[in-house]
Amino acid sequence: MLVVLLMAGALWGIGAAMGTPRNLRWGMIGLLYLAVVLAHLVLPAGHPIRMATGEDASGWLILAGFVVLVMIYRWGLGLIRARAREAEPAAAEQPSGAFTETELERYARHIVLRELGGPGQRKLKDARVLVIGAGGLGAPALQYLAAAGVGSIGVIDDDVVENANLQRQVIHRDDDIGMAKVFSAQAAMEAQNPAIQVRPYNRRLDEGIAGALIADHDVILDGTDNTETRYLVNRACVAAGKPLVSGALSQWEGQLSVFHPAAGAPCYQCIFPQAAAPGIAPSCAEAGVLGPLPGVVGAMMAVETVKLITGAGKALTGEMLIYDALWGETRKIALKRRADCPVCGQG
Amino acid sequence: MKITLNGEPRDVTGRNLADLLEELGQGEARVATAVNEQFVPAGRRATTVLSPGDRVEIVAPRQGG
Repeated sequence: MLVVLLMAGALWGIGAAMGTPRNLRWGMIGLLYLAVVLAHLVLPAGHPIRMATGEDASGWLILAGFVVLVMIYRWGLGLIRARAREAEPAAAEQPSGAFTETELERYARHIVLRELGGPGQRKLKDARVLVIGAGGLGAPALQYLAAAGVGSIGVIDDDVVENANLQRQVIHRDDDIGMAKVFSAQAAMEAQNPAIQVRPYNRRLDEGIAGALIADHDVILDGTDNTETRYLVNRACVAAGKPLVSGALSQWEGQLSVFHPAAGAPCYQCIFPQAAAPGIAPSCAEAGVLGPLPGVVGAMMAVETVKLITGAGKALTGEMLIYDALWGETRKIALKRRADCPVCGQG
Repeated sequence: MKITLNGEPRDVTGRNLADLLEELGQGEARVATAVNEQFVPAGRRATTVLSPGDRVEIVAPRQGG
């Protein structure tokens, strides 16, 4: 019996050394086994080969019985595993809104935050956010909102990507020059996070659509580059009772506030009753702007948005934060509503 | 009188916020103002008396995005 086991071992070892496939090696051992059993059946009792291989076939047949049992067991196990694998894709199509395994892993760093947790991430997923302007401020705000898992992100802008934008508008790439900013931004966000929905509006925000569009979202971010649109967005947000995360900048200074009269905070027009005279608030094209500055302020806008949606901490309502990049200073001033504000007061 | 204007020390003569804006050539400017971190609407500038050491913020609305 020992001789046969040694021969089987030798077959396996030599096969392995020569790189023979496993199945072939098992086949060789199977042949050896059959030869031994055949020898027991055809040779007379007491033959030297039979004496050297266990005297009769019973031991070999019992061994074969064990092998068959093991094989049946393995086959059954494989069947069960295959069934479990088939069931997995079905599990991925959970009731709408439930987090997939991928999402849970992706947002794990949010979920461990005491102020957010699973419920906070859930609120982000259910939130509808509108970003007005896919420029310097919109770029980082959109990227971070998409990455953070805000379920539905609308973005409105009528510009196309220009070479001179790319020094600061980091959501757009060199290859996107000439493309509508909202579509370039959409592609970047969907590449970053396929689990969210992006709604691009390739047009200028005007009186005709501002009301309906803003009313259809939970939080509005204003990163536009002109005063007219800022006043329009403010009026529509006050009318719809929506919080307005407002960022603005030029050169080395950024300003940030959350305007929300429905929550007791002032609106944009409480603070800036009249549009600035030309020259006082020049645009980025005229006055210049430091490339990373909109990165700072736009990312802060995304932070305020997450806080508004989840209720974490206290948003910058009734306050304005001024970031002076040239001296690395931030200053905050407390803002108050004006009773005579034509937009949110008695006029 | 020494005050802090937009984070920088300044020596000024204006006794109230409206005078200060005139002194700085921003009397007609459409800016927001705050004294000691508290917003002061345009209508209350003339009655907002300044004291030495006050922190005055003159905020021109930024327009860029």
